[in-house]
Amino acid sequence: MDESIVWLTFFVLSAFVGVEVVSKVSSTLHTPLMSGTNAIHGIILIGAILVAGTADSTGTLIVGLVAVLLAAINMAGGFVVTDRMLEMFGGPKRTAKSETDGDAA
Amino acid sequence: MTPTWIQLGYLAAAVCFILALKGLSGPRTARNGNLLGAVAAVFATVIVFFQQDLDHQVPIIAAILVGTAAGALGARRVQMTQMPQLVALFNGVGGGAAALVALLELNEFHEHADVEWFTAAATVFTIAVGGISFAGSLVTFAKLQELMTTRPVIFPGLPVVFGGAFVVAIALCVWIVVEPSLWVGVILALFGLALGVLLVLPVGGADVPIVISLLNAFTGLTVAASGYVLQNTLLLVAGTLVGASGTLLTILMAKAMGRSVVNTLFGALRGGSTLGAATASDRPVRSAGPDDVAILLAYAQRVIIVPGYGLAVAQAQHTLRELVDVLAGRGVEVDYAIHPVAGRMPGHMNVLLAEAQVPYEQLVEMDDINGEFKQADVVLVVGANDVVNPAAKTTPGAPIYGMPILNADEAKQIVFMKRSMRPGFAGIENELLFDPKTTLLFGDAKDSMSKLLNGVKAL
Repeated sequence: MDESIVWLTFFVLSAFVGVEVVSKVSSTLHTPLMSGTNAIHGIILIGAILVAGTADSTGTLIVGLVAVLLAAINMAGGFVVTDRMLEMFGGPKRTAKSETDGDAA
Repeated sequence: MTPTWIQLGYLAAAVCFILALKGLSGPRTARNGNLLGAVAAVFATVIVFFQQDLDHQVPIIAAILVGTAAGALGARRVQMTQMPQLVALFNGVGGGAAALVALLELNEFHEHADVEWFTAAATVFTIAVGGISFAGSLVTFAKLQELMTTRPVIFPGLPVVFGGAFVVAIALCVWIVVEPSLWVGVILALFGLALGVLLVLPVGGADVPIVISLLNAFTGLTVAASGYVLQNTLLLVAGTLVGASGTLLTILMAKAMGRSVVNTLFGALRGGSTLGAATASDRPVRSAGPDDVAILLAYAQRVIIVPGYGLAVAQAQHTLRELVDVLAGRGVEVDYAIHPVAGRMPGHMNVLLAEAQVPYEQLVEMDDINGEFKQADVVLVVGANDVVNPAAKTTPGAPIYGMPILNADEAKQIVFMKRSMRPGFAGIENELLFDPKTTLLFGDAKDSMSKLLNGVKAL
């Protein structure tokens, strides 16, 4: 029972952290933020690997491998697409910044 | 028992995910934040192979490689205009993966007689909600890809069917917790899929982004529940982070659109929504050719551009940027007015214009520019509709009622570049099109934009 309380503690604290870190984000970044959080839940991949790796019949192995495949699509695709968006966001901004840096120097 | 160094590795990955989220919430740190998250994810994927003796490593690694290649390829190839549906798709497969993992866990239950009820409850939660997320995301994808109508789909008795399916799903959950059975789990998964479809069907096109975000939060929570079932802290922490931040993001987006989340999901069911007039009206409008509009723009002092999804679909952003450059060269003061939900999802238009290398400083957010429309000589609305529709202020019951809009109607002249009189994504007519101050320039946005550009250059 005590151990369940530990897990509950993890859960509650993580929820607070999750709310806290995105609480003041501007609407400009809503799209990349949504796709970035989307990529993070692709970490279900390690759960899929664990169940596929302990499968004891062909049937369960196949289901496990499908889960691995889907999770890998979620994770890799999510991070790559978020990066593609942010790359464009950063582009003109960074030049503007380096220009001002140049002026200051 | 998981070795200590692996548990520490998971802890490090969890911290990286928190930092990644934190980075993503600011424009300057976002890209590095995302990279940090990716590195942590790869690291966790590697160390899981050392957690315990895993069989079938070769097919597992093959599946990872195939999935990674497919995901990365899709993400590389997709056009920026199609971003929302890709995110929906990725979210759906993640939810599907979580549901499958939970089904396999349920299958293991009979080997351990002493499964705690809470573990079983977390498992059924993942099966049901994972199914909802998977099916709901696929319907969202179909709506955004316009494989099906973007307007709310409701049929008589839908609330009853939905409510009935919901009650049955709860009953199945209780059944499994009391008496674990794989077959009941499979039936529960099917009910989850049905609920996902029924949940998203009545949602109108304009509200779809909110639903993607909500389903994203759902998937996060299923991953958290899987973490508890598998006794894996990283899954629990990462899933909870996404669940919590996704829920908040959903509320923030709904606020930006002037909606409540409940109204978004169930508004159409209550019958309060007018569902919009789908047919294009044949009331008279004033239209003009590109040359007339070119003169209007070139001799204006202040021009505000309202870009919308239609601009991006026609791939006219680059020509628009050229036009703005030429106008600015003539001394016209030009800004882009960016509605928070311009495009198909909040922040989408910023991404699309960034792709066309429009300088960030020219993009002015709604709250900052709304006071300036009164001084604008010309507002050029390119491929946008709902975000300037006064019905949001004047017509209670319209699907977009209450959404903050750009005050384009206050300008001295309004020019709409449109392909046809077809209504916008929300499926309602725009009264502004019939305003005496309004001129319409019909045609494909890219084509009209080039003509407009040549017209201004020739003056």
